[in-house]
Amino acid sequence: MPRSRRVVVTLVALAALLAVPALSLTAGQPFYIDLFTRIMVFAIAALSLDLILGYGGMVSFGHAAYLGIGAYAVGMLSFHGIGNGFVHFGVAILASALTALVIGFISLRTSGVHFIMITLAFAQMLYFLAESLNLYGGDDGLNIARASSFGGSIDLGDPVERYYFVFLWLLAFLYLGHRLVHSRFGLLLQGVKSNERRMAAIGFPTLRYKLAGFVIAGTVCGVAGALYANALLFVSPSIMHWTRSGEIMMMVILGGMATLTGPVLGAALYLILESVLPRATEHWQAILGPILVLVVLFSKSGLLGLLADGVKRRSGARA
Amino acid sequence: MPEALLETERLVKRYGGLVATNAVSLAIETGELHAVIGPNGAGKTTLIAELAGEIAPDAGSIRFAGADITARSVAERAALGIARSFQITSIFREFSVLDNVALAVQARAGHSFRFWRPARSDPRLRDPARAILAEVGLEARAGLPAASLSHGEKRALEIAIVLATRPRLLLLDEPMAGMGPQDSAGMVRLLAGLKRRVTIVLVEHDMDAVFALADRVTVLVYGRVIATGAPAAIREDVEVRRAYLGEEG
Amino acid sequence: MINALEQVLNGTQFGVMLFLMAAGLTLVFGIMNLINLAHGALYMIGAYVAAWTFGATGSFLLALVAAIAAALLLGVAIEVIVFRRLYARDHLDQVLATFGLILFFDEMVRVIWGATALYMSVPAFLSGRVELLPGVPYPTYRLAIIAVGLLVALLLYLVIGKTRIGMLIRAGASNRVMVGALGVNVVLLYTLVFALGAALAALAGAMAGPIFTVEAGMGENVLILAFVVIVIGGIGSIRGAFVAALLVGIVDAVGRAFLRPLLALLMSHAAADAAGPALASMLIYILMAAVLFVRPQGLFPPRGR
Repeated sequence: MPRSRRVVVTLVALAALLAVPALSLTAGQPFYIDLFTRIMVFAIAALSLDLILGYGGMVSFGHAAYLGIGAYAVGMLSFHGIGNGFVHFGVAILASALTALVIGFISLRTSGVHFIMITLAFAQMLYFLAESLNLYGGDDGLNIARASSFGGSIDLGDPVERYYFVFLWLLAFLYLGHRLVHSRFGLLLQGVKSNERRMAAIGFPTLRYKLAGFVIAGTVCGVAGALYANALLFVSPSIMHWTRSGEIMMMVILGGMATLTGPVLGAALYLILESVLPRATEHWQAILGPILVLVVLFSKSGLLGLLADGVKRRSGARA
Repeated sequence: MPEALLETERLVKRYGGLVATNAVSLAIETGELHAVIGPNGAGKTTLIAELAGEIAPDAGSIRFAGADITARSVAERAALGIARSFQITSIFREFSVLDNVALAVQARAGHSFRFWRPARSDPRLRDPARAILAEVGLEARAGLPAASLSHGEKRALEIAIVLATRPRLLLLDEPMAGMGPQDSAGMVRLLAGLKRRVTIVLVEHDMDAVFALADRVTVLVYGRVIATGAPAAIREDVEVRRAYLGEEG
Repeated sequence: MINALEQVLNGTQFGVMLFLMAAGLTLVFGIMNLINLAHGALYMIGAYVAAWTFGATGSFLLALVAAIAAALLLGVAIEVIVFRRLYARDHLDQVLATFGLILFFDEMVRVIWGATALYMSVPAFLSGRVELLPGVPYPTYRLAIIAVGLLVALLLYLVIGKTRIGMLIRAGASNRVMVGALGVNVVLLYTLVFALGAALAALAGAMAGPIFTVEAGMGENVLILAFVVIVIGGIGSIRGAFVAALLVGIVDAVGRAFLRPLLALLMSHAAADAAGPALASMLIYILMAAVLFVRPQGLFPPRGR
């Protein structure tokens, strides 16, 4: 799809996100601020997955693990009385980067279904680990008393300030992601997805670059996890369950794979459906499942493709 | 007498009961165009794969510019200057033609842990890529998606990618596969132009091309070298005629 | 010592059930190159139909038959409607599409049978215990599961190894394209293989009814383990699936029982209480990671892989 259309859609989406707090407060529906905060958190998570999945071709089925690591970093530190935001986010970033390094180092030696399975297995391991940590709530989860504190410069306890904090992170990652995918590193990843055998034959030691991409993606997702903990003030092992990884993948596909805006749209679509459909029927998952199947079978460029091409059609055949 | 650029010493590869490479010893001189021919199933592609590093031999060694590379990976050998084209076209279909070649230039332009500057507008990558496209006659197609090229153009792109890595040794696996006479003639001209600048090991079935281009020819039958020498001598060799060209003489 | 024997038997029982799941999965993946996350749904359907039929009729045999029949019907339906379009697609598409199927089936089961778990009792003729050794009683039902599992393994071995259709299946697992090129009706072969896998999964689910909770989502946990089994065993290999399934089952059971007391020898009781169960849950995955690291193609990869 033409790039200019995508830029238009992106700008509209960002403008809409910018306006959400004002609109929801005016309408007397502060619930939407929470909803869109969560949407942005998952947008960041989906964006990080799209980097290695959509651009790099690495089907990692354990990406939700990094959400968990980031969230538990905040939760555990808070549990022990450490409320400093810099420490929270610093530890979240460090922990997810290290975990991604270890998991990636072992998993990236495999490919295809083995890779999918081994990333899935590692995520399950972390899930069980979290479940067994009775000190931090185990299966029941961990309540977080207070949001990360940045010393008075920003109060993450206030929904609106928290909203724009997350928004800034999303904006930053969108921009950084944009530079990354067009850089030499980004082209290399896309080359690996396109034809890894050829990449090796022209002299690229592909493993180290895939690993770097894997670590970057895991780290960004870890930040999403830390933001998640602040948004919900609660974390439980279910955030790392493999079905959660599947949901993040769904967001990437529904929104438009191998784009930056796609994951954002996908997260919005998924979470909005998740909050709207249950009012129609408690069995909304029975509708969501087939929708996903249909999207996969018939429409690979997702919502972004639909919007971008739809815009084109409406503006006439002035190609 | 110049030292051979590429030497193999009694290379062996077995697949169960089948011996695909049977004690193959070769010495490829710097600057020569050395053709490897043989009937189907002779093990030519296996040999190329062993030289490129995709298949590990069961026995024997490979030396490149005097150093033993038998244990080196595909990417390591490519970085040393050994480039390989594939029998079945292996390009980056979703990328543009120019991107394909620029990626190969990038492979030899230091590490790629560069996350910030847009690569598509970097003249250090684009300019050499354009030059190579001009050399293979594809400069008019630079902006098109690689998937949209004709078969002959794709084979030319394959060569362009390989050239962009500034190789010392080219391993070409049937570059003319599936080409009509016009495209083949173009490819022969291209390869002729490359002679002397780069050492080439050429696996081909097209005999006209082989005898037009090759400085020396090695004949492989059931994984064994049965003759090596100048094209004219090979043509006359009794063993070769019997094994390969049939007994009509 | 006696406890160890009991754990090994429990592990074997769990292992044969994993084998029933893994056998179908490995065939489908090995021959059709299709990752089917919805395989667990067939297991779940088997359990639900069996539990409901047993509750309604009191006949365990009828329950088994109904479960397998339901899975066969459903399996063929999915294969024709969804899977035929997925064979040519890449793994990501297959993962996502079958994930969507999971969501659908988990919910449909709630629609039909409600959100609370179904109860299935052990059938009367299999209740009670058997004295394996003097003073070592073991539940008859679990022994029956082991017996059925071993019988199925033997049957599969005979069919796959000794019959013509088995030869086609083995050939397909090694080189799918060639089988098609040889003029075999590949479409029919695929449907057949898939149906076989579905039947095995349903059998496992039906037998699981009295032991495990019959609820939505029960398929997912078993599915992951089944995937772990086929990865360890070698994708496409029934023999590999058998060995790996028993290995996984026994390691899991023994690990859960003995890891905590073992750790308690090395560290404080409190630490062992926390670390034991955690490590036990992770044990199988550590095993898989180790196997993949050392032998990426699995323990018994079919020839040609």
